Amino acid sequence: MTNKKIPVTQPADQSSCSCSDAQANPACEMPDDNVSESRRGFMKDVGGLSVASLMGTAALLTNSDEAQANTEWAEWFQGNYRLMTDEEKARAVARLERRYSSEYGKKVTVDTTPAQDGVLFGYALNIQKCIGCRRCVKACVQENNQSRGEREIEWIRVLKMEKGDFSVGKMKDGYPGDFGIQVGGNAYSASGVVLEGEHYYEPEKVPDADAFYMPIACMQCEKPPCVKVCPVRTTYREPDGPVVVDYNWCIGCRMCIGACPYWARRFNWGKPNLPKEEMNPNTHYLGNRPRMKGVVEKCTFCIQRTRKGRYPACVEVCPVGARKFGNLLDPNSEVRQILAKKRVFRLKAEMNTYPKFFYFID
Amino acid sequence: MKKISKFTVDYLGYVVKGSPKFYGWVAFLSMFILVWVYGNYMQLTEGMIITGLTDQVSWGIYLANFVFLVGVAAGAVTVVFPAYVYKHKAMHEVTVLGEMLAIAAVVMCLLFVIMHMGRPDRLWHILPVIGIFNWPHAILTWDVLVLNGYLVLNLIGGFYYLYKKYCHEELNKKFYLPVIYIAIVWALSIHTVTAFLLNTMPARPMWHTGMMPIRFITTAFAAGPSLIIIVFLIVRNNTRMMIKDEAINLLSQIVVWCLGIALFLTLSEVVTELYHPTEHSMGLQYLMFGYHGLNNLVPWFWGSLVAMVSGFILLLIPSIRKNYKLLPWICAMIFLGIWVEKGMGLLIPGSIPTPIGEITQYSPTFLEIANSLGNWAIGFLVLTILLKGAIGILLGDISYAKTEGGK
Repeated sequence: MTNKKIPVTQPADQSSCSCSDAQANPACEMPDDNVSESRRGFMKDVGGLSVASLMGTAALLTNSDEAQANTEWAEWFQGNYRLMTDEEKARAVARLERRYSSEYGKKVTVDTTPAQDGVLFGYALNIQKCIGCRRCVKACVQENNQSRGEREIEWIRVLKMEKGDFSVGKMKDGYPGDFGIQVGGNAYSASGVVLEGEHYYEPEKVPDADAFYMPIACMQCEKPPCVKVCPVRTTYREPDGPVVVDYNWCIGCRMCIGACPYWARRFNWGKPNLPKEEMNPNTHYLGNRPRMKGVVEKCTFCIQRTRKGRYPACVEVCPVGARKFGNLLDPNSEVRQILAKKRVFRLKAEMNTYPKFFYFID
Repeated sequence: MKKISKFTVDYLGYVVKGSPKFYGWVAFLSMFILVWVYGNYMQLTEGMIITGLTDQVSWGIYLANFVFLVGVAAGAVTVVFPAYVYKHKAMHEVTVLGEMLAIAAVVMCLLFVIMHMGRPDRLWHILPVIGIFNWPHAILTWDVLVLNGYLVLNLIGGFYYLYKKYCHEELNKKFYLPVIYIAIVWALSIHTVTAFLLNTMPARPMWHTGMMPIRFITTAFAAGPSLIIIVFLIVRNNTRMMIKDEAINLLSQIVVWCLGIALFLTLSEVVTELYHPTEHSMGLQYLMFGYHGLNNLVPWFWGSLVAMVSGFILLLIPSIRKNYKLLPWICAMIFLGIWVEKGMGLLIPGSIPTPIGEITQYSPTFLEIANSLGNWAIGFLVLTILLKGAIGILLGDISYAKTEGGK
C-alpha cells in the first residue's frame, strides 16, 4: 500500500520449504505428501455423485475455459463446509484444486486438516520489541494469497503511536489536543485522519525514536462479535481457536465488518489481483486459498501452517522476535509462559470479546 | 376460482391502461430503470468495486436507503392504526392505499438489501432448510423474517380487501381483522429490528445507543405519512377518488408530533454525546463539524436539521397545515430531511472513524447513485400500479358485476 520505502526481506519461497525452514520445522515438508493423499481420496470418491458434482467432475476431465466455468457452476451448489461429509469435502477440494491449478499454472493443493484435540492457538506480541518494520505485513500478504497492487489487502496493520499523549509544547493549543495526523487515503490510496495510531507511516528507517508500534490483526476472539452477526454462519470459530470464513458460503453482507471492534476484516471489492508467480500453492480450505470477488477474508493464524506444526508467517519473519505463538492449553508453551510471567494486556478488553491475541512488555 | 381469474385479468388489464399522463410517468421512471440495468450489470460483473465503498466505510447508500425505506413501510401503519383502532371513518376508506404503499416500500427495501450484498447469487444460502438461517443469533435473520412477514401481511390484507370489493361481497371479519391487527404490531417490529441491526454493535459507538429504535420509529412515523399525504393529494387532484380532508389533517398532525419527538431525541443524543465528548462521540463530531477539513457530511447534517426543524415549526401552524397548496411541499421537505438524516446523518458516519480511529470519507459513485435511483424508480412504478388498481376497484371502475354484466 503505502509502505514501499520500507526494506522488506523476502520470506522463503512458500512453494518449497527452504533448508533452514525444514531443519527448524520438519513438518513443513508435509504438504506435498498431503497432495497425493487428497488426490487419492478424490479418485476414490468419484463413485457416488450428486448432480452438482457430476457437473464439476465433467469439468475436471477437460481443461478448457468452459471446464473452469463448469467447475465454478458446481461450486455454486456446494454446501457449507462445516456441514459437508468427508466425501463432499474431498469432492469440493478436488474441484478447487483443479480450478486453482489451471488458473495459476501450478499444482495447487487445498488442505482440509482439522483441528487437533487439546490445541487452542494463542498469540502474544511484545510491543516493547516491535520496530514497526512491517515485514510481518508483507510476509502475511505473500503467504496468504491476498490481493496485490492497486487492490492490495493487508490483514495486519501496524499502528505507529506517538510516545506520550502529553506534550508541554502542545499545551498552548489546548490540552489534550488531537493526536491525529493528516494522511491521505481510503482502502486503496491514502487520505484519512488517524486518531490514535497512524498506519500509513512512510519513514526512511524504523524504528522512529519518538514512537512505539502496535501491530494489530484479527484478535481471534473467544466471543467473536463477527460470528454472532453472520446471517449464514459462514464465519465461525474453529475448535482450535481461529475464526475462519468459508469463502464459498459467504454472501458478502458485511455484517461482520460492522461488528468487528478491531477492523480486522477485509472485503474483496473486486476480483482479487493475485499474480500467478506470486501465488502460494500450499493452501488450506479455511485459510489462504485464493478468494473470489464479493467475499470477506481475515487472518486465520495461518491455519495452513499452524495445523501442520509450523509458525504463522508473521512469527517466522519477525526480525526482533516480538511475535510469539503457541498452544494455550499447553502449560509449557511459550505463550503460556508469557501469560504467566510478563505484563500482559488485551486490546479493547472492555468489549468482552476475549481475544486470544495478547500484548505484553518484558 | 372463476372469480379469482377474472379478478386477475380485470386488474391487470386496468392497471396497464391509462391517460397520456400515466404513460408519461411510466416512461419517465423507465429511463432510470434502463440506467439501473446497466449499473447492475456492471456491479454483477466487476463486483462492488464500482461503488465508492471501502474496507473503512463498507456500508453506504444502498443500506442507507434500505434503513430509510423500512421506516416508510412502517409508516403506512399511521393510516391503518387510526382506521381500525380509533375507527376513523375518513381513514377507513383509504386504508388499502396505505397498505399498497407499504408493499411498494418493502419491495424497494428488498432490492436495496440485495444490491448491498457482495454475492447476490448466493442468496439461497440464507434460506432456511436449503441454506443456513442463523436465527435467533443474527439480527439480520430477524430482519429477513419481519420484512417478508410484513410484505405478506400487507399483500394478504390489501388484496383480500380489494378482491372482496371487486366481488361486492362482505369481508370475512374473523379472517380480515386479525390480519390487520397483526400487521399493525408487525409494522412496529420492522423498524425496531432494523434499528437493532445497527445498535447491537458495540464496535460502532455512534450506533450503540438504546435510543435508536424509538428514534427510528418517530422518524418513520414522520417520513411515512409525509409521503402518504403527498400521494393522497396527487390522487385527489388526478382521479375521481375523494380522499377526505379529515384523513389528510390527521396525517399531518401525526407528522408534526412524531417529528417533534424525533427532534427532541436528536437533541438529547447530541447533549449526551457532546457535553463531555469522548472518543465514542467522534462520529457525531465528525458529522456535525467535520475534522481537519474532512467535512463531506457537515452540510448534509445541518441541511437536514434545518429541513426538519422548519418543517416542524411550519406544520405547528394550523393555517399552514391545512393549506393543501403548501402542505405537499413541506411534506416533501420533511421526507427528504429524514432521508438525509437516516443516510448521511446516521448510517454513513457510523463507520467514521473506523474502530481503530481512521477517518475515511465516502462518496457514492455515479453507478451507485444510478442503481439507487433505479430502485426508487422501480418502487414508484410498483406503487403507481398498485395504487391505480386499488383506486380502480374502490371507485367501482372494475368489478365482477360489471364485467359479467357487460357480456
